[in-house]
Amino acid sequence: MTIDTGAGSRTAHPASSAEAARAPHTTAQSASSAGAARALDLLDGPVTDTTLRRYLEGIPGVDAVGLEQRAASLGTRSIKTSSKKLALDRVIELIDLTTLEGSDTPGKVRSLVAKAITPDPSDPSCPQVAAVCVYGDLVPVAIEALGAHHAPRAKAHGVTGISVAAVATAFPSGRASLAVKLADVADAVAAGADEIDMVIDRGAFLAGRYGEVFEQIVAVKEACRRKDGDDAHLKVILEVGELVTYDNVRRASWLAVLAGADFIKTSTGKVTSNATLPVTLLMLEVVRDWHRMTGEKVGVKPAGGIRTSKDAIKYLVTVAETAGEEWLQPHLFRFGASSLLNDVLLQRQKIRTGHYSGADYVTID
Amino acid sequence: MKAARRAYDRVWSKMSGSDRGKYLFRIARLVQERARELAVAESLNNGKPIKESRDLDIPLVAAWFFYYAGWADKLDYAGLGANPKALGVAGQIIPWNFPLLMLAWKIAPALAAGNTVVLKPAETTPLTALLFAEILQQADLPPGVVNIVTGAGATGQALVRHPDVDKIAFTGSTAVGREIARATAGTGKRLTLELGGKAANIVFDDAPIDQAIEGVVNGIFFNQGHVCCAGSRLLVQENVHDDVVERLKQRLSTLRLGDPLDKNTDIGAINSAEQLARIQELTAAGEEEGATRWSPACEIPANGFWFAPTIFTGVQSSSRIAREEIFGPVLSILTFRTPQEAIAKANNTPYGLSAGIWSDKGSRILAVADGLKAGVVWSNTFNRFDPASPFGGYKESGYGREGGKQGLSAYLAPSGGAK
Repeated sequence: MTIDTGAGSRTAHPASSAEAARAPHTTAQSASSAGAARALDLLDGPVTDTTLRRYLEGIPGVDAVGLEQRAASLGTRSIKTSSKKLALDRVIELIDLTTLEGSDTPGKVRSLVAKAITPDPSDPSCPQVAAVCVYGDLVPVAIEALGAHHAPRAKAHGVTGISVAAVATAFPSGRASLAVKLADVADAVAAGADEIDMVIDRGAFLAGRYGEVFEQIVAVKEACRRKDGDDAHLKVILEVGELVTYDNVRRASWLAVLAGADFIKTSTGKVTSNATLPVTLLMLEVVRDWHRMTGEKVGVKPAGGIRTSKDAIKYLVTVAETAGEEWLQPHLFRFGASSLLNDVLLQRQKIRTGHYSGADYVTID
Repeated sequence: MKAARRAYDRVWSKMSGSDRGKYLFRIARLVQERARELAVAESLNNGKPIKESRDLDIPLVAAWFFYYAGWADKLDYAGLGANPKALGVAGQIIPWNFPLLMLAWKIAPALAAGNTVVLKPAETTPLTALLFAEILQQADLPPGVVNIVTGAGATGQALVRHPDVDKIAFTGSTAVGREIARATAGTGKRLTLELGGKAANIVFDDAPIDQAIEGVVNGIFFNQGHVCCAGSRLLVQENVHDDVVERLKQRLSTLRLGDPLDKNTDIGAINSAEQLARIQELTAAGEEEGATRWSPACEIPANGFWFAPTIFTGVQSSSRIAREEIFGPVLSILTFRTPQEAIAKANNTPYGLSAGIWSDKGSRILAVADGLKAGVVWSNTFNRFDPASPFGGYKESGYGREGGKQGLSAYLAPSGGAK
């Protein structure tokens, strides 16, 4: 299959595609073709299964032992006292506070939003989380509950607010037709979602139909566009627990970045194996290399399985020492988590008061 | 020496293997129990980062004693036939780069095989050896079985030339190793030497690139490059040279140099003024010979001996920095075109201790490893040590093996063959 990128006249210089992607509205080019233009430059030809395979399978392999060893050594960094205090606040600022259950109700979402706005009622200096992450149909509830704290409204008043992220594209399995997936995305975007967390078609990826996966991401990216020009950010979930090998994760990461992802995200949290430090390190290496090639910054979001402050700080260290400290900002790094926040709050209270409290001293959402 | 002979004659040679094993197990456990204390002492002793002494040196010391404790009652399977005999008193001289680990490499197999030991630590790093002596007292090891004598070259010489020593095991420089070989020639003393190295780390164009960079960094900047098996020559396939160098530079920029007792320090201090002078001399020579020098911008502490991680590009096989052992955090980068050329360049050195191969292709790794004249060949990793794996060199890197069954049999003679 061939995808019309509408970018045939562009030069094949990586930097120029980066320019185009960063400022899609200043050119006549559509958002989707800006994403695809990234690919065109690298693939040196039309985006097809064959050219994608040639490119993705030509990327150097990953040595699992070496990768895990490196991740383990990053995990031994010692972050204490004032650094730990800063790190804990930063972790909170990077959290996508998440509820993705079949049993989610408006009441549950309002409770989650309240927690996102005021994580620790006993400490007004506690920062807010980056976003709340819900199913698409609950986006209006979340936006209403956020009120003036919702990112676009807060921005109008010159403060940072909380974004609303919606999972879409037949989350978590992604097993639906493209039309259904796009309708899912369009609904969430129309409801006001600031960020869309889509899943890739793992079946197509594992069957080698890279072009199909690419095309779907490009189409979803297009569906993220809003008339007011303020596009929803696209996070592409690779579901690493189903891709299994590090080589697959690396290829899928490149594929998503080539197709125009703003973020690459590890997992849905719905399978047994979710975010791990090695897998996140590997994805950070991809965005670091992409930045080196094009000057363009893509975010990374580990999700699922990060429950303790200690683990979260290991991720911060890994980000800082792989992609660089500039990546430790909400638009370039997020934690997808639900129980992590309370553990961070307990640690913050410990630093503030000098002693550990307990589960009854932090609120449940 | 007399104490060692007496302990050998009266106690250690008569003790059953399983009882000797019990002592070794006890020592291993005590090392584990006192691991933190030993790690701090080792960093004070040598200047290496606490991260390394804590995560590598001390755990390996314990592993070595555990491993050889298990051998003590199984000497029949050491490859020398039934009832092999201990040699007697072993004189052991160790270097300053891994003070306690080298001690363990020497003492554990010697005791397991039934020898008694006189060991001389390096003159700049005696601390952990003395702390270890305290552990031996704690373990209630019979007096005289292990004797630790501190001192400089003259002490070592006296040990080597002593008429009552049956075996000399030495780790250190090739020059001293030569002297020892000369002194022991014709005396009937057994000798194993583990000497210098100028290892090649060979990176092919299909290598898992990020892990290869890690391995290269670990290969040469581990322990400030004070490692005889350090991957001090990087051989990169020419078509990926620029990419590898760029990634290497970026990675080096994240290394932290400084206080060895800071848990986040990656690169510690140079062991002595003398060693620092040698590194400075050789790097100056590298520049004079036309190689391009690069170091990341990193703060160097005002007091003490420090050397920033340094890489040289445009190095030729004929350069001094590609031929002589620098024993510091200095990497010389050369290129090659084909596997044949890589093997030829890797072997083109008087040394032959270790080598590394980075490639995704298993068949190539095996074929290249076959062609390398190095005692240890790592594939897609570097500087990994295990007590079960023999370690030792070719050519001027010495002879004999330490570790594994081979390391044990270096302290044994076949039944009836002992003097």
